[in-house]
Amino acid sequence: MATSIVVENATKYFTLRYHRTFKEVAVAKAKGRPTSETFKAVDDVSFTVEQGESIGIMGLNGSGKSTLLKMINGVMKPDEGSILTRGRIAGLIATGAGFHNQLTGRENLYLNAAILGMTEAEIKRKLDDIVEFAELGHTLDGPVGHYSSGQKARLGFAIAIHVDSDIFLADEVLAVGDKPFRVKCMKKMRQIRKSGRTLFYVSHSPDSVIKMCNRVLVLEKGRLGFDGDPTEAVHYLRYDEGDDLDDEIANDI
Amino acid sequence: MSAVVPDESGLPPLRPPASENGLIGVVRRRYLLKLLVTREISARYQGTFLGLIWSYINPLTQFCIYYFVVGFIFNLHAEIPNFAIHLFAGLTVVHFFTETFGAGTRSIVRNRALVVKMAMPREMFPVATMLVSLYHVVPQLVILTIASLLSGWTPEPVDFVALLLGLLICGTLGLAGALFFSAANVFFRDFGNIVSVFNNFVRWGVPMMYSYEMVDDRFGRFAQYYLYNPLADAVLLFQRAFWVGTVDPGHKSVAAMPDHLLLNGAIIVGVSLLILCVAQFVFSRLENKIPERL
Repeated sequence: MATSIVVENATKYFTLRYHRTFKEVAVAKAKGRPTSETFKAVDDVSFTVEQGESIGIMGLNGSGKSTLLKMINGVMKPDEGSILTRGRIAGLIATGAGFHNQLTGRENLYLNAAILGMTEAEIKRKLDDIVEFAELGHTLDGPVGHYSSGQKARLGFAIAIHVDSDIFLADEVLAVGDKPFRVKCMKKMRQIRKSGRTLFYVSHSPDSVIKMCNRVLVLEKGRLGFDGDPTEAVHYLRYDEGDDLDDEIANDI
Repeated sequence: MSAVVPDESGLPPLRPPASENGLIGVVRRRYLLKLLVTREISARYQGTFLGLIWSYINPLTQFCIYYFVVGFIFNLHAEIPNFAIHLFAGLTVVHFFTETFGAGTRSIVRNRALVVKMAMPREMFPVATMLVSLYHVVPQLVILTIASLLSGWTPEPVDFVALLLGLLICGTLGLAGALFFSAANVFFRDFGNIVSVFNNFVRWGVPMMYSYEMVDDRFGRFAQYYLYNPLADAVLLFQRAFWVGTVDPGHKSVAAMPDHLLLNGAIIVGVSLLILCVAQFVFSRLENKIPERL
């Protein structure tokens, strides 16, 4: 087994700016109020992933999951520490990859596939498969701005899943899909797992994480709180506690 | 860097994700660049009935306005023969620069949907803008060529070299400016406005509304400093390519053209490339903070 992802002491700072204009900054300074605040979105996180592992990432909203994924994806660079990956990376960051609202679904498909590193020949070869998987019908030729969030997620997932990647990142992809599409995605992700590609899966659903992943990382305010067995991770997060009523209410959504 | 383990042979190396960045990464991913450029061109004329004809109408109308106002009201036709070509040659190359610089500066902010979610060389957007501007130069060159041929121009190889040098200067400098300011524009949108103001000055800092002869005449020995403005040289190169051939060689406005225009042009291209390297360096430094600030 070869290593697929090496994250060493990765830290990412975010700066919150309360005031942007000259006037606002001047007033805030005069009154002695802070004009900006820096915090660590990802704080000294280290782990190593072997090729073929399927990793679940859990944590509350704002715990740094998407930021970590963006750094692995290469959208952001860590301010401290290092991240190394092997091979091609594809996937979705926060439901519905970067789409241009004025362009049609088909134009976005070409653009997105090219950004993910597909060649022209590769896109032409896989176009039918992608279109079929997305199941958008004639809306594919309408502007993406008119799509529902579910439709955007469908298209984004369909493109990303057809890239011959060594690492697949899936960030809450299933949150907005309807049930038939969720089933389809889960099947496809199982295929990915079986084919020996590395899978990175962000989800709030303990059941699907336990089913999909053989290892879970739990992030807490940017720090790596837990790294290990999925069932224990769910226990660590206390997602399995709370009375049954809570679960029922959460599942009702 | 981690040590290489024996069983990893045949696999791609461990490296930082999205390491193929920078202008080199842009050149490597030509297909994506092509998609971005065609998208930009088709988007600009989307929903218009005349479509690409607009890329001819815009420069042509601007040309007519300048021609009548500056030419007849300020009466420059008398001093500069074929003033229309003199002006339009300058307009073409200056417009190429201002478009590349102005639209390129806004390009990163405008494409924020892609920038914050997808890993790709972000230099892609300024470069695509430069190519879109270059695409719009073509109709103007067509107009210019027809007008010059009608005015008695016989194309020579040296004209072509001058044309190419002029385009290279404006393309490289425009891109360098766009790289630097597009990153800065993410942090403070003020930079987009600064660039607009700057572009207003550019039109008057080059010899197209007035001739170089006037500069030479009024500035005297300081005229050489005027030529330190690379855009002025680009304009002169374009006029060398089209306008000079249409005027009687003995005319005083042609005789006043600076010497060694082509050599100076080549030197400026070299310097522009150096500036582009500096802009790339600054861009890479600022780039880290772009996704979170958009």
